[in-house]
Amino acid sequence: MSAAAGHALGLRGLTKRYGDFIAVNDVSLEIGQGEFVTLLGPSGSGKTTILMAIAGFVAPSEGAVLLDGRDITPLPPEKRNFGMVFQGYALFPHMTVAENVAFPLRVRGMSKADRDAKVRAALDLVQLAQFAGRLPKQLSGGQQQRVALARALVFDPSLLLLDEPLSALDKKLRAELQEELKALHRRVGRTFINVTHDQEEALSMSDRIAILNHGRLVQAGAPGELYERPRTRFVADFLGKSNFLEGTVRQPAPGGFMLEAGASRLAVAHGQGAALPPGTRSLLSLRPEKIALLAEGETAENQVEGRILSWSYLGAGFALRIATPDLGELRAVLPAWKSPVAPAEDLPVRLGWSADAAVPVEEDAA
Amino acid sequence: MSAAGRTGAGWWMLILPAFLLLVVFYIAPIAQVLTISVTEPELGLGNYERLFTSSAVQRVIETTLRICLITTVLALLLGYGIAYAITLARPRAQGWWILAVLVPLWISVLVRAFAWVTLLRRQGLVNNTLLGAGVIDEPLPLVWNEFGIIVGMVHYMVPFAVLPMLASMREIDPRLLAAARGLGASRGEVFRRVFLPLSLPGVIAAGVLVFIFSLGFYITPAILGGGKTLMVAEWISLQILDLIRWGLGTMMATMLVAAILVTLLVFSRIVDLRRIFGAGA
Repeated sequence: MSAAAGHALGLRGLTKRYGDFIAVNDVSLEIGQGEFVTLLGPSGSGKTTILMAIAGFVAPSEGAVLLDGRDITPLPPEKRNFGMVFQGYALFPHMTVAENVAFPLRVRGMSKADRDAKVRAALDLVQLAQFAGRLPKQLSGGQQQRVALARALVFDPSLLLLDEPLSALDKKLRAELQEELKALHRRVGRTFINVTHDQEEALSMSDRIAILNHGRLVQAGAPGELYERPRTRFVADFLGKSNFLEGTVRQPAPGGFMLEAGASRLAVAHGQGAALPPGTRSLLSLRPEKIALLAEGETAENQVEGRILSWSYLGAGFALRIATPDLGELRAVLPAWKSPVAPAEDLPVRLGWSADAAVPVEEDAA
Repeated sequence: MSAAGRTGAGWWMLILPAFLLLVVFYIAPIAQVLTISVTEPELGLGNYERLFTSSAVQRVIETTLRICLITTVLALLLGYGIAYAITLARPRAQGWWILAVLVPLWISVLVRAFAWVTLLRRQGLVNNTLLGAGVIDEPLPLVWNEFGIIVGMVHYMVPFAVLPMLASMREIDPRLLAAARGLGASRGEVFRRVFLPLSLPGVIAAGVLVFIFSLGFYITPAILGGGKTLMVAEWISLQILDLIRWGLGTMMATMLVAAILVTLLVFSRIVDLRRIFGAGA
């Protein structure tokens, strides 16, 4: 496998309609050379349709797919030279592992000697050389997945497309293969485009995530950026968990304001330039792990009193549901080993968080 | 008798009626056929000797095998095309296609055979049309020969060829075909390297089914052959009913059963027979 750099892919105003239904709505996205990009969204968000349009199985109603700036929209799938790992792997059941991996080389008319060398290299890459003569059904799910990867990479494709590559595996194996896939991406240095509805998978593997909802691209960026600075309520809710605080903007200043919610006034330091006009409604996203349970005498920039509604022990931490008079129900997650109080139902507690913990988000357009 | 033994005997009693039915109506008559074939007109294998000595017997077997093979091949080719078209059709269209395949099955085989006679005879629709169009000067001999038999038999057998092949094609995951194209295979190569090999079990199943049905086929060859081209089933009926040569007739009947069993045995090593008779999936 040569270490040739990957290729760049561009989507320009990609739209796909099925009758009245708009599956993909004006999506534009630039994917750089060698990047690992994940299209993340709930089912029906259009992520798979976009992947199928990139692969050439779906003809877009409008817009274009560009490879290194060249329009490839009219090309059929077999002319695009993209590797693809299908959901459920789609290994050919009547061929051995080696024959499966050799398939893309065979249809390209490569000689048997060259083919054998390439197949061996590809199977070595995914550590399956000793299984070359087996049939797919004789392999475990994880091994089948690696065969599918070898088959998709063996012909030096310009891009690797992955359609829910880990969804058929159990949780532990999925975590292992996430690591492997990431390591593989570094080794082959190609552009990977992954589709998933699993936010953990997206966060752990990707260089960049594009979040989709109802066929629209909601936000794209590095995993940390999306997690820390979600642009809309949907992004904050879909990527991780979030509390939402609603209130009125008071005392706006560059980079911050006070949020008035009932009798509470909360300091918000969002660090963004433009000041919000006073009196407007604002919605804040506050991650549960950024809320602390305050010990006796401890203070924080924002403090709220409440009562524990319910709690559960998760080993590493406690998950609490807390009723507050002004902010409704809040969820908090705190490390179990340094919790200042032993949680109990109906226990009065004080919650605290810093001014930069909550970020303003937009309501999603319906 | 132990308690478990009694329970066991109770269960066996339950299937006794079915067992008796099978013995009285199937096994006993077949045993009788076998007995007659080695006792009439005299005890011994004299009737079976005819297989090697009588050119008339050999000709019947040869004709039957030839017609059955040609029928099987044609029915498979036509049936494969139809099953492929149905598999690729939209769900709504699939229903209509399947109806069109099944409707002939519900029409009496006798009606269909006579319909072919009307179409193919000297003054039939086909010859009249061709004569009228000036394509031919003399009516073509389309019926009361091997050609007529094969037309009628293929027509009868196509649905039996379509159904097992359709079942096998429907089991093919469409993602495999998409995957093959994504990996660089043209439509032709996807068919040749993926679809065809995966549909092969259905083709073999259909082939066995059609061939076995064809071997013992009676009505269609009798009507469309017009007594000039004899296949095994008609020959047996001729021996027993017209010539009262029971020994020869039952010998051929025994050979027919043996041929069917051998065919099944050979192919049971290649494909899962339960699939042929619909218990697969």
